[in-house]
Amino acid sequence: MATDFEPVLLANVGVPDSQRLEVYRQRGGYRALEKTLREYSPEEVVELVVQSKLRGRGGAGFPCGMKWKFLPKDRTVTYLCVNADESEPGTFNNRILMENDPHQVLEGIAIAAYATRAQTAYIYIRYEYVRAYETLQQAINEAYEAGILGERVLGSDFSLNVYLHRGAGAYICGEETGLIESLEGKRGWPRTKPPYPAVEGVFRKPTVVNNVETLCCVKHIMDRGVDWFLSIGVPADPNNPRDLGSYGPKLYCVSGHVNRPGCYELPLGVPCRELIERYGGGVRGGKRAKAVIPGGLSMGFLKEDELDTPLDFNSLQKVGCLGLGTAAVVVFDEDTSIVELLHRSCRFFAHESCGQCTPCREGTGWMYRILTRILHGEGRIEDLDLLLELADSMGIIPGTTICGLADGAAWPVKTAIRKFRDEFEAFIRSGSRLTAASSGSAAGEAS
Amino acid sequence: MAETTERKQYLTDELRSQILALAPRYPTKQALTLPALHLVQHTYRYVAPEAIVEIAELLELAPAQVLDTMTFYGSFFRTPDAPLGEYRVWVCRSLPCCMCGGEELLDRLCTRLGIRPGETTADGKATVEAAECLGACELAPCVWVNGEVCKVDSEQALEALIERLR
Ligand SMILES: Cc1cc2nc3c(=O)[nH]c(=O)nc-3n(C[C@H](O)[C@H](O)[C@H](O)COP(=O)(O)O)c2cc1C
Ligand code: SF4
Ligand code: FES
Repeated sequence: MATDFEPVLLANVGVPDSQRLEVYRQRGGYRALEKTLREYSPEEVVELVVQSKLRGRGGAGFPCGMKWKFLPKDRTVTYLCVNADESEPGTFNNRILMENDPHQVLEGIAIAAYATRAQTAYIYIRYEYVRAYETLQQAINEAYEAGILGERVLGSDFSLNVYLHRGAGAYICGEETGLIESLEGKRGWPRTKPPYPAVEGVFRKPTVVNNVETLCCVKHIMDRGVDWFLSIGVPADPNNPRDLGSYGPKLYCVSGHVNRPGCYELPLGVPCRELIERYGGGVRGGKRAKAVIPGGLSMGFLKEDELDTPLDFNSLQKVGCLGLGTAAVVVFDEDTSIVELLHRSCRFFAHESCGQCTPCREGTGWMYRILTRILHGEGRIEDLDLLLELADSMGIIPGTTICGLADGAAWPVKTAIRKFRDEFEAFIRSGSRLTAASSGSAAGEAS
Repeated sequence: MAETTERKQYLTDELRSQILALAPRYPTKQALTLPALHLVQHTYRYVAPEAIVEIAELLELAPAQVLDTMTFYGSFFRTPDAPLGEYRVWVCRSLPCCMCGGEELLDRLCTRLGIRPGETTADGKATVEAAECLGACELAPCVWVNGEVCKVDSEQALEALIERLR
């Protein structure tokens, strides 16, 4: 996985026994935690993270330090929930971090817990990640034995317990309040906000929810300094007061029809085309790309002629996508049917909607049924506008749902139909239907 | 339903103590619901209705609360006559895998094993289910078998997988 950028988050991946505490320490591990506990107060750490302009890597891109500042000053108990539910189709960078460098994750957790005054951290990890779960559990045991976790972390006054908590196969539990409900032992129904988790989160106490990669960035900010972090990535556009900048390294996942699928660490803002060509090894079989998902399925699709778009927090909206999301890039070659792509996308969201809000429950169901009808050669041209109307009316952006799953379901529909309308119309007009083998209906679906 | 004189106890002393050992981690007992369900399913390959009642008693909840939580998630098997096979097999069908042949793979695997997605082979060895993104898209099309993920993109890989499930 050669890149010009000297990897930071992935620096230990591939090192023999990278999972072991001894190896981690030899490579400078836990230096940042020691320094943090020795030299800074929790408030100072929060301030440094604010200055670093670190934005959350879990999908929403919310400024990390600002989220920590929302915690009420007079709180007595604080929880840290580490979001390791990673289920956005195309995304696997949290898994790489946890499987290969669990102590980096724990060091990030410990610093964040110190900064937010949390004494308990729960790592909510998706059930499917068995190896990551076992690796982390071993690392946690090692860290307790070495006095890095538990009472008086590294001899300081700060105490921290870290527990792994396994999910049970529901995409929606990645949404931070769905995660909180699930952790409490309930169904993973996202909560209406406000109150935000910072004020009332898990067990009704002030809670911070952060993604695994975000916390790994925190470790490096404390190790290398704010200026280092700000020297990487794309500065905020001075003409756009709403652009908060895209600083720091990012783990880009590349999959689909490429020669070298994998996880690549690069500065935020790498153009999508460069990522695919230089790192992903180009499109398989020497073909051209037809459509690309730039940041996990929920972000929608890019067309070939939009591939020069930089993958940062500010640029993807300009080409009609929802945002950077998880920066998981999925490439589809010129032979791919866009109708089929969208059908599968709608199937996913119809399956994963938690059913709590009518526009999302019914909307995702209808979108899937309409796409199935189109795929079976029974579509009507009017269906396309109907789909757009449904997509435009569901989500937190139009203000009709509790969580962002609905927006994530809508964006693939909006971008596919608006950008590839000719293909949809031609498909409907020709009355063609995809055969069972290629449409997947043989897999017991879409009937 | 026939009356049974003896009621099977699903939560053995060992399971009870495993569940209760986790109690200090959480300020509420309800938070132990998912850990308890996982432990029971790992032991019996399904969660029996009686086990739900026993978990509820242990956690001081109504059985309906445990059932409500359990049925929300995709991981749990409920019926004693169709428990999980020795191997749980998930074939990924999310877009990256799907477009690299994931659905054909699911189809062929099931045909070879003589089952439909969601079913268990007659010998109780393997349960095969369609899954959404398993977070291993670099291995597309990929299959999860009892926690291990492998890429199944060739005839040989499929044969090796089937061999393992026999
Ligand atoms: C439907 C849905 C699914 C989500 N899944 C995840 C996930 O798997 N992992 C994650 O870190 N964030 C996920 N998020 C975002 C979280 O709600 C939350 O913003 C994030 O965990 C905050 O951490 P960060 O600020 O460090 O990124 C999801 C959001 C939505 C709406
Ligand atoms: S938007 Fe959809 S997934 Fe989110 S809470 Fe509402 S119904 Fe559930
Ligand atoms: S799409 Fe199959 S593992 Fe991600």
